Amino acid sequence: MSQADSIHTLSLKGIHDGVHTGKFSVMEATDAYLDRIERFNPELNAYITVTRESAQAQAVDIDNRIRKGELTGAMAGVPYSLKDLFCSEGVRTTCASNMLSNFISPYDAHVAAKLKAAGGVLLGKNNMDEFAMGSSNETSAFGNVCNPWDTTKVPGGSSGGGAATIAARLAPMTLGTDTGGSIRQPASFCNITGIKPTYGRISRYGMIAFASSLDQCGPMAPSAEDCAITMNIIAGLDSRDSTSVDLPVPDYTANLNGSLEGLRIGLPKEFFAEGLDAQVGAVIDRAIKEFQAKGAIIKEVTLPNSHLAVPVYYVVAPAECSSNLSRFDGVRFGHRCENPKDLMDLYERSRWEGFGDEVKRRIMIGTYALSAGYYDAYYLKAQQVRRLIKQDFEAAFKDVDVIMGPSCPTTAFGIGAKKDDPIAMYLEDLYTIPVSLAGLPGMTFPIGFAADGLPVGMQLVGNYFEEARMLNIAHQYQQWTDWHTQVPAQFA
Amino acid sequence: MAISEAEVKKVARLARLAVPDDRLEAYTQNLSNILNLVDQLSAVDTTGVEPMAHPLDMMQRLREDVVTETSHREKYQSVAPEVEDGLYLVPKVLE
Repeated sequence: MSQADSIHTLSLKGIHDGVHTGKFSVMEATDAYLDRIERFNPELNAYITVTRESAQAQAVDIDNRIRKGELTGAMAGVPYSLKDLFCSEGVRTTCASNMLSNFISPYDAHVAAKLKAAGGVLLGKNNMDEFAMGSSNETSAFGNVCNPWDTTKVPGGSSGGGAATIAARLAPMTLGTDTGGSIRQPASFCNITGIKPTYGRISRYGMIAFASSLDQCGPMAPSAEDCAITMNIIAGLDSRDSTSVDLPVPDYTANLNGSLEGLRIGLPKEFFAEGLDAQVGAVIDRAIKEFQAKGAIIKEVTLPNSHLAVPVYYVVAPAECSSNLSRFDGVRFGHRCENPKDLMDLYERSRWEGFGDEVKRRIMIGTYALSAGYYDAYYLKAQQVRRLIKQDFEAAFKDVDVIMGPSCPTTAFGIGAKKDDPIAMYLEDLYTIPVSLAGLPGMTFPIGFAADGLPVGMQLVGNYFEEARMLNIAHQYQQWTDWHTQVPAQFA
Repeated sequence: MAISEAEVKKVARLARLAVPDDRLEAYTQNLSNILNLVDQLSAVDTTGVEPMAHPLDMMQRLREDVVTETSHREKYQSVAPEVEDGLYLVPKVLE
C-alpha cells in the first residue's frame, strides 16, 4: 500500500505530522481526499460542492509556506470540509436550498476565515437539511445523503452530509452547526465524534442563520482529540457576532489526558424512560459501566421539564427562523421568480419557489406564533418554559460534573421512513433539544453498535464553557475503546 | 389547536409566501399537527417565571460608535438578481 492510500486513516495530528516531517506533501494529502470524494461521493451525496481546483491551489501555497517555516500550527496543511451554510468567499454556498442554489458568497464566515488562516485546505461544502431544518438530511434541495454504515438509512441531520463525510473518511474534519441536535444526532447515526459548544463560544458571523438564540457551530471528526484541535482554532470572541462571548479560550488539548477518577456522571432518568429503543439502551448501559470501572461515580438526576423541550423548540426555533429568513426577498440575493407583476408578487413567488416545504412550514408556524394576539400564548409562554428547562439543568449540575445519556432514541432510520410525518421527525431530537434550549455544551462520541449493526452515540452534556472537560472525558473513553476508529468496510 | 385554511392563507400572506390553492389543505393539516404538539405548553404553570431571551442571560455587548465597515457595494451587488447603476431593481412601486 502506498502512502497516499492510507492518509485517510490518519488523525488531524497524524496529517499535520506527516506534512511537517515531509512524509507526504499537503498536495498529496489533499489529492488523497479529493480522490476518495470522487470515488465515493456519488454513492453518498455527502458533498454539494467539491472545490477541487481551489483546494489544489491552496495546497501548493500551503506546501510552500510550510517549507519556508511560515506555517506551523496544528491545522497547517490539514484538509477539511464545511457544512454548506458557512459562507466561503468565492465558493457556492447553498444552504441546500433552491433559494441559494447559485449564491457565490462574497465573504468568509468567521470560522472559515480562521481555518483558512491556519493553513487548512477546503475540500468542499457538505450537504445538509435545507437551512438546517431537518433530522434526516432529506429536506435538502440537492437530494438526500446516505448513511455510510447502511446506504438505505439516513445519516441524520441537519449536518448529515458532514457526518457521512467523516464516517466514510471523505475529509478528516468538518464544521457543522447544531440548533436542536444537528451535530449530535448525525454524529450518533454515523459513528463519529461531534461537539456543540456552549452558546456564544464560537462566532456565528457568516453562518447562515436559522434560530439565532440556539444556533452554534462545532467540529465533527473521528475523535475527541481532532475536535479539540479544531476548537483551539475556531473558538473565541468575534466583535461581528454580538452574542459571541468574551471569555478566555483554554487550550482544549491541554487536559485531554486528565483522570476520570471521581468524575460524577449524572444520568437523567427521563432519558432512559419509555421511548428509548432497548438495543440503544443496552449499548448506553454498557458504556456507563465502563466509565464506572474507570473510577467515575454514577448518579441519577432528573430533568422534570425535558418532555416540554420539543414543544418549546417548535415555537422558539420557527419564530426566530421566520424573522431570519425574511431576508430572502428575491431582491438582494438568492432566487428571483420570473416576470413578477408587482413587488408583492416578486416577494411571494420568489419565496414560495425558493424554499422547500419544511422551511415554509416553519416560517408559517413562526409567523403565526409571533402574530398579533398569539404572541403571549406561544412565544412568551415558550420562553418561560425554556427557563424551567434551563433551571432543571442548573439543579442537576449541583450534584454532578457532567450528564450522560443517549443522543437519540434509536439508531439510524430508513430513508423515507419519517419524511412525510414532521411530528415523528421532530421527536427524533427529544434528548438533544433540552440541551440546546439551555445553551449548554453537548457532544456525541461513538460507543459501539446496536443489535441491528448500526452505530450508537453517547451524548455528554457539560456545564457552561466546560468543553475542555467534556473533550477530556470522550478522549479518555477513546483511549480504551476503538469504536471511533471503525469505518464501514466498503469505505475503508 | 387546529388552524383553518383561511388562517393559513393569512399567515402565508404575512410571511410573503404564495401558497397555491391545491397545497392549502396539506399545509393546514401539517400546521395544525404542529400546533397540537405545541399546545402542551398551555397546561404548564409559568406564573412568575421570567421569559428566557438568552441562554446565558447576557446583555448585548456595546462597542465604540465608530465606522468599522468599508463599502462592499460592488461585491454585494454582484450576487443580486437585478441591479442597475448601483441600485437594486424591483417592479414599479409608484405609478
